[in-house]
This record gives sequence, structure tokens and C-alpha cells, in this order.
Amino acid sequence: MPIEVKDVSYIYDQGTPDESAALHHVNLTFRENEFVAIIGHTGSGKSTLIQHLNGLVKPTSGHILYNGKDIFPQEGKRRTRKEREEHAKRIRAIREKVGLVFQYPEHQLFEMTIARDIAFGPSNLGLSKEEVDQRVNESMKMVGLDPSYRDKSPFELSGGQKRRVAIAGVLAMRPDFLILDEPTAGLDPHGRDEILGQLQVLKSKGNMSIILVSHSMDDVARFAERVIAMDGGEVKFDGTPSEVFKHGEELRRMGLDVPKVTTLAEQLKSRGFDIKETVLDIDQMEKVLVNELKGQREGAC
Amino acid sequence: MLKDITVGQYYRVDSVIHRMDPRTKIIGTFLFIIELFLVKNLIGFVIAGIMLAVVIHLAKIPFRYIVRGQKSIAFLLLFTMVLNIFMSSGDPLIKIGFLKITKQGLYTAVFMGLRLILLVVGASMMTLTTTPLNLTDGLEKLLRPLKKIHVPVHDIAMMMSIALRFIPILMDETDKIMKAQMARGADFESGNIMQRAKSLIPVLVPLFLSAFRRADELATAMEARCYRGDEGRTKMKDLTYDKRDYIAQAALLASLGIMIGTRYLPGISQMIAAVGKLPG
Repeated sequence: MPIEVKDVSYIYDQGTPDESAALHHVNLTFRENEFVAIIGHTGSGKSTLIQHLNGLVKPTSGHILYNGKDIFPQEGKRRTRKEREEHAKRIRAIREKVGLVFQYPEHQLFEMTIARDIAFGPSNLGLSKEEVDQRVNESMKMVGLDPSYRDKSPFELSGGQKRRVAIAGVLAMRPDFLILDEPTAGLDPHGRDEILGQLQVLKSKGNMSIILVSHSMDDVARFAERVIAMDGGEVKFDGTPSEVFKHGEELRRMGLDVPKVTTLAEQLKSRGFDIKETVLDIDQMEKVLVNELKGQREGAC
Repeated sequence: MLKDITVGQYYRVDSVIHRMDPRTKIIGTFLFIIELFLVKNLIGFVIAGIMLAVVIHLAKIPFRYIVRGQKSIAFLLLFTMVLNIFMSSGDPLIKIGFLKITKQGLYTAVFMGLRLILLVVGASMMTLTTTPLNLTDGLEKLLRPLKKIHVPVHDIAMMMSIALRFIPILMDETDKIMKAQMARGADFESGNIMQRAKSLIPVLVPLFLSAFRRADELATAMEARCYRGDEGRTKMKDLTYDKRDYIAQAALLASLGIMIGTRYLPGISQMIAAVGKLPG
């Protein structure tokens, strides 16, 4: 069940001196079972974009389709109570299927215990107590939280663990799409790798699409299957990591970068090394270098 | 949803009113409020309205923006007006069961409504055209004489400027928290009052926690920069009155005189009555 973004524009604070366009005619499709990374400089519109995907923000123009259906169909004024209720129901169904985890877990943790906090989402879906409980256990396991944490306060945890609780709180709704806004910001390298690794497992096991907003090009190159680069509210590149990171110059002009290994490969190339592909990780670099050096030695003989 | 509240917000454009000394604007706002309570008849309200319109025009703030900000007081306005219409005693105009609408009630309701609107718009003109920093600077300077009787003027002003500075920050934070909870299926828009109040707990807990955390961080940051209150503290920009301030102050004094004058003019109703009595 894909999410389609059709010609979406969004203008912040319309009618005030702070008015500014955050998105310009964006067209994208997010498919099932993908690991997508969205990269972009601060203010490039990536956060605004992901908030459109589950109907938290209504596009100024254009449409968001989930499974082929517009999530804000013919927006007139919702006058009658019945219309309002139907709208609320439809939006809630979207948010069940398209889960969004914000950057700061502090913005959503509020309960006395971790288990109750994770239960907030599924309880809002009106599930039975047993079902909710089962989902809490299941999602704690999915993010690697030990069951002994159930009755602890979420406020006593470390930054990385708080993030796990926040992610579990969204996973408990069993979404088809899991969108995460910089889930690794402020984490140590170990915590970062753990969370990203877990996301990869979720994707392969759970048949779930992961959409990740990230500033780390190295992480993006390692984990994502598809990269979307945004600049000034527009989609500039959309493709596999090797397709997107080919455009080192343009990315740098957008205030972004390429993975460190890719930069190394580019520099070697400019010094006369014959590297044709876009190098994305250490293993690939090793192969390329070994081949190249072998070739040079043979050439020398 | 939260963006619609313009009371207490600053509207960033360059205008005569924006450049005016904050003290002039504070005094002006107070005078305007006093004037509104002095006014007894429609002519007075018309004059007050015109004065406010002139100020709004000079301040280059779009009228639509101001109207949008008044949505939040619409309920209060309606409530006071309805209460006044039905609860005043006097000559009944219409009677519906035990409810009766009286002429006097209608008058008080209309005047009350006008007064309330002008009051809120007038007061928001001050905050719309003055940055919080300027506002508290002005207040501090105006209240300085009170230091003689050991009123902690500087501390009060500092507390005010921090409070004002935090309004947009906390609004922004509330917006983010609400979105985070909405993403987990929270619903703030339906249900009865009890359900709605309960649905705010997931917003209020993170909001309070974050407010405390921010307060703590701010205190540390201020101490790190050796803040120790008023003693020996100088200002980068000292407030001074300009020509435009003297003109504005003169205009304000004149307006006070006019407003007192209108009290002695006959009200519209008397005028109509007088016209009706003319032999025709």
C-alpha cells in the first residue's frame, strides 16, 4: 500500500510577514518494504514533508494518497458532527498505518511506566486490554528492551533507551510505514549502530517500510536502499545511494556531503586512480583499491 | 491551531510605531484603557475606534492579522454580551418566557462588547509593535522610581522578559508535543469536556517537564555569564525619547481631553429623541 505525494506544496504562516514556502510541488512515491533515507540541509523541508505523510500537516496545495485514496478528500468545511467524526476516524486509520517517531523522545513520553507509555498508541486504537498488552511486549522485544524495564519510569532512562521506548510506542500500533526523524541524533556511535541495525531487522522481518531522516551520510550509505535529497523544499535527487552520491559537487552545494569513503575515492580518482563506480563503504573500497593496485603493479612490469 | 493566537506576539515590520520608545507605548496603552472606561456614549467609541485605526495604519499591521487574533476572545465577548442583554433590568423590549431583553440591557451589551474589543486590540497593538525586550526595558525604566521604596524593579522586569520570551518557545513545543501524541492516535478535537481535559495529560506532562528543564538550563547559562541582578549593570541601548515620542505623547494627552469631553455630549439615543420631538 504505497504513499503517494502528488504535487504537494506547503506554505508556513500564510498571511504573516514570516510566510515562507517549505515545499514546492513535491512528487514522490513511497512503496512497501523499502528502506528510504531523506537527506537535506536544515530548512530543506524534510521535516515538513514527513509530517504530511500521516496527515499531521495538510498540504497548502496538492494531495497525499495512501493506498490510492486521498487522506484529505475534498476539503470543504467539516460542518456536521458526523463529518468531523468520519474525518477523525479516517485520519486515525492513516496514523495507525503510517507511524511517525519524532526526533526528541522527551516530546512524547509522559506515563509513569514504560509499558503504559508504549500502550498509549494501541489504546487509542480501541483495542482490548489483552491485545494492547501483547503489543507492548512485542514492540519492546522489537526494539531490544528487556521485559524487566516494563515497570520502570521512562524518565530514568538514558537518551538511547528513551528513543527505543519512543520507537516502541509507535511500533505498537503495527504500522506499515515507520518514519523516523533523526533517530540517532545525540547518540553515541554504539547506540547509533544498535538503533539503525534494529531498524534494518524490522524492515526485513516485519515487511515494514522504513523512512529515515538523517544527517549522517555514512549511515545513509550503509543502511538505505533509496536516498531522497531535498533542497529548498524540492526533491533534487531520488535514487539508490550510489546514484545519489555520484553527485558529490551538487550535494556539497546543497550543504550536504557524501560518505567519507566516497570522498576518499573521489580524491584518489582526481590523483589518477581509475575508479569508475561510486564507492559507498569500506569493503567496496578495499576491493576497488586491491584491483587498482594489482593493475598498477602488472602495468609496471 | 495555536498559531492563531496573536495576543502577546510581536509582528516584525518597520514603522513609526515600531520605532517609538516603549515607554510612550506603555503609557499610551494605559491612557487608552482609561479612556475606554471614561467613554459613555457611541461618539466616544467611534473616536476611540478611529484613533486605534490610525495607530494600526501607522504600524503597518494588516487588519486581517489583528482580526484573526481576536478569535480567542470571541467566546468571552459573546458570553458577556449575552449575559448583559438578558440580565439587565429596565424597559423590556421583547419577552420570551422568563427571559426579557431590555433597552438598557441592549445598550450595555453593545458598549461592553465594543469596550472589550477595543481594549484587547489596543493592548495587543502594544505587544505587536514592541519586542518583549524593549517592552520590559521600558517598564523597568518607568518603574525605576519605585526602587526607592525597595521594589525589586529590575528583577520583576527580568522575570517578565523571560516569561514573554518563553511564550513562543513553549507554544512551539506544545505544537510539537501535540503532533507527537497525535501520531500515536491521540485525539484533542472530539469528545466531551471531561474527555478533552483528560486528553491533554499526554501534552501537559512533557510540556511541564520541558519547561522545568529549560528553566534549569537558562539559570545555568545566566550564572555562567556572571549574571548577578541589577548591581552595576549597564544597557547597550539606553532608552531616550525622540521627536516622534513627544508628538505621540501630545496626541495622547489631547485624546484624553477629547474623551473626557465626549462624556458631556448627549448620547445618540437622546439625540434621536430630540430629533423626534422637533415639530415636523
